[in-house]
Amino acid sequence: MTRSIFLSLVFHSAMVVITALTLPFMKRAPIDLPPILSVDLIQITDKTSIPFAAKAAKTLEKIKKNEEERVVSEQAPPSEKKKEKPDKIPLPDDLNKEKKQIVKKKQNPEEVKEQVRQASEFEKKELFDPNQIAALIDKSKEETAETLQKSNKLTQSSVKTSFTNALTLSQEDALKAQIFGCWSLPLGLPYQENLLVRIKLRLKPDGTVLRSEILDHARMNQPGQGFYKVLAESALRAIRICQPLRVPPTGYEKWKDLQLNFDANEMLKG
Amino acid sequence: MKKLILTVFCIFLFNGKALSLVQVDITRGNLDPLPIAVSPLHVESGSKDIKQDGKIIKNVGEKISKVIEVNFRRSGLFNPLKKDSFVQNPDIAHVKPRFEDWRLIKAQALVTGKVKVTDDKLRVEFRLWDTVAAKEMIALAFSTTPNNWRRVAHIISDKVYKRLTGEEGYFDTRIIYVSETGPKTQRYKKLAIMDQDGANVKYLTLGNELVLTPRFSPKNQLVTYLSYFRNLPRVYLLDIETGVQEVVGDFPGMTFAPRFSPDGKKIIMSFAKDGNSDIYTMNLETRVVEKITDHTSIDTSPSYSPDGKYIVFNSDRSGLQQIYVMRSDGSQVKRITFGKGLYGTPVWSPRGDLIAFTKVHKGKFYIGVMRTDGSGERLLTENFYQEAPSWSPNGRVLIFYRETKSDSQGKGFSAKLWSIDLTGYNERLIETETDGSDPSWSSLLSK
Repeated sequence: MTRSIFLSLVFHSAMVVITALTLPFMKRAPIDLPPILSVDLIQITDKTSIPFAAKAAKTLEKIKKNEEERVVSEQAPPSEKKKEKPDKIPLPDDLNKEKKQIVKKKQNPEEVKEQVRQASEFEKKELFDPNQIAALIDKSKEETAETLQKSNKLTQSSVKTSFTNALTLSQEDALKAQIFGCWSLPLGLPYQENLLVRIKLRLKPDGTVLRSEILDHARMNQPGQGFYKVLAESALRAIRICQPLRVPPTGYEKWKDLQLNFDANEMLKG
Repeated sequence: MKKLILTVFCIFLFNGKALSLVQVDITRGNLDPLPIAVSPLHVESGSKDIKQDGKIIKNVGEKISKVIEVNFRRSGLFNPLKKDSFVQNPDIAHVKPRFEDWRLIKAQALVTGKVKVTDDKLRVEFRLWDTVAAKEMIALAFSTTPNNWRRVAHIISDKVYKRLTGEEGYFDTRIIYVSETGPKTQRYKKLAIMDQDGANVKYLTLGNELVLTPRFSPKNQLVTYLSYFRNLPRVYLLDIETGVQEVVGDFPGMTFAPRFSPDGKKIIMSFAKDGNSDIYTMNLETRVVEKITDHTSIDTSPSYSPDGKYIVFNSDRSGLQQIYVMRSDGSQVKRITFGKGLYGTPVWSPRGDLIAFTKVHKGKFYIGVMRTDGSGERLLTENFYQEAPSWSPNGRVLIFYRETKSDSQGKGFSAKLWSIDLTGYNERLIETETDGSDPSWSSLLSK
C-alpha cells in the first residue's frame, strides 16, 4: 500500500516538474514596456491665436506673385562656357608653384590678422604670461624638432623609395616573407657580437641566383669570429633554399643586383 | 675641361651604380632546431663485431650514428630526422650523397661515414655535408681501440656541433657526481663518474665514507672532493686517468666546496677557523694556505672567473645570503645581487660572461644566470628543491640536481641530475643508475 502511494507521489511530482519545465505558458516572459512619452494636451480653438497672421498672409501673397512673374524652365540647358586653351603644357615646376600658392591661400598663420585672433581677456593674460613664455618656447622647439624628425623620416623613406623603385613595398614584403621562412638561424650564436651578414646577389630574370658574394668576407678569418662563418653560411643556405626569389616580373635591370642584409641581432638579443 | 668632364662622368657612373643596388633587410628567421640527417655509418666488409664487458656489439656503425643522434637531440640546437624517412641507402650515401634525396626530406645537413673494426683497431671516417649547397663541410677520420666507439661518436658530435654553430661542443666530456642509494634518513653516498649522456657509469669510492662536492679541474682530469674520515673533513685529489688519490689536507671545522683555480694549480674553498667561516686558497705544489677573506660573516662557495682575476662567492655580511665579487687577492669586494630572496652556489661561466646561481624565494628554488655585475638576472628553472649548477665547458648548458618532496618517513624521496640550456626551454633529465647529486662537468677530453 505504502509502496504504491510512494510510487504515485513520485510519478505525480515528476509529471508536475516536467509540465512546469516544458509548457510555454508556465514560463512568464518579462513584460517589455515601451518607454514613457510625455505629451502636452492642447485645446483646439476655432480661430488661430497668432497675432500677426494677417501680415504673414500678405507677405506670402507677395512671394507667390514674384514667383509667378519669374519664368524658369524646368530643365535648363547647361550654360555654355568658352574652352580656355592653355598657352602651354604646365611643367611640374609650374604645378608646384600653383600648389604652393594654394597652400599659401589655405594656411599661413603669419598672415592671419589680429582681428581674427580674438581672445578673451583671460586668454590674453594667459598668452602674455611671462612665466609661460619659456615653456611655450620650449614646447615649440620640441614640436619643431618632432616635425623635423618626421619630415626627415619622410625624406629618408622617399629617398629610399626613389632608390629602390625596383621593388614596391608589397614586392619587398613578399621577398622578405619568402626568405624569413627559409632562414634557419644557428641557435648557438653569441649574443654580444655583431650578427649582421650582408650578401650581394646577381639575379637572373626568373629570380634564381647567378652569383652571390659575402660583403664582409674578411671577417670570417678574424680570430674569435668563427660564429660569423656559421651565420654567413646559414644566410647563403636560406637564399639557396628559397630560390627562385620572388622578384617582380618587370624591371629586371633595376633589381638584378640585390643586397640582402641578414640581421640576427634583433631576434637573438630580443 | 677634360678633367671636369671626367669627374662628372665618374660621379654619374658611381652614383648610378649606388642607385641601382636594391637593399632588403632580413630581420626575421626560423628559430627551430636545424634539421640534420645522421645516416648510419657504413660498416666495411671484413669488419668484426666489438666485444665489450662480455657483450658483443654488432653493427657498430649504426650504434655510433645513434649516439650522435641522441647528442644532437639533447642539445636542442638540432633536429635529427627519422631514419625511416631517408631515401638514399646509407651504404651508398657515404660514397656520394644524392643531395636531392636529402633536400626532399628537408635535411639541411647530413652526416655520413664508414667504420672498419679489426682485432685491435677501430677506424671511423665521417663527412659532414651541406645538402643545400651540395658541398662537403668537414671530413675527418679517427683510429682508436674498439672499446672507445662511444667516445668516437661523441668526438664526431663535437666536430659537427662546432662546424654548424661556431662554438666548441661539450659531448666528449664526463660528469662526476655523488651517487646516492638507501632511504632518505640513511643515504649511502659514493663518488661516481659517467659520460655526459649518462653512459659508462663507474663508482670511484665504496660508500663507507661520506663524500661531498666533487669538482673537476678545468685543465685536466683531476678531481677534488670532500670526504669525512673519522668525522673530520678531508680534501682529496683524485686523478681519473690513473686512479691515484691523495689527501690534500685535514681542515678543522666545517669545510665547504673545494674548487680548482682556472690554471689548476690552486684549490679555493671555505672553512671555519676559530668559529668564523672564510675563504682560503691552497697552492697544490707548495701546500701553502692563504686567507682571502677576513670578515665576521659566513663566506662560502667561492668560484674563480676563467681569467683567474676575480672570485665570486656568497656571504651573509649584509644580513642575508647574497652574491659578491672580489679580486682574486680578496680586495675590492662588491655585492652584485640585490633581488628578493637568498642567493647561493655562484659559479662563473667558462665563457666569462655569466654567473650561474641558486636562488631561494618564497620556499621555491630557482637556477638562474646573470651578468658578472649582477645585472640581467634570468631564472631558468623553478622547483621544490634544486641546487648546485655546474657549467658545460662551452658555457651553454648547466647541470644541477633536483630533489622531490617526500613524506615524514622519507617516502617518495629522490634526487636526480638535470640539465638546462641558456634558453631555459631545453630542460632534460640525465638518466642515472642510482640517485645523484652535486654534479660537476669536466672539460673536453679531446681538444
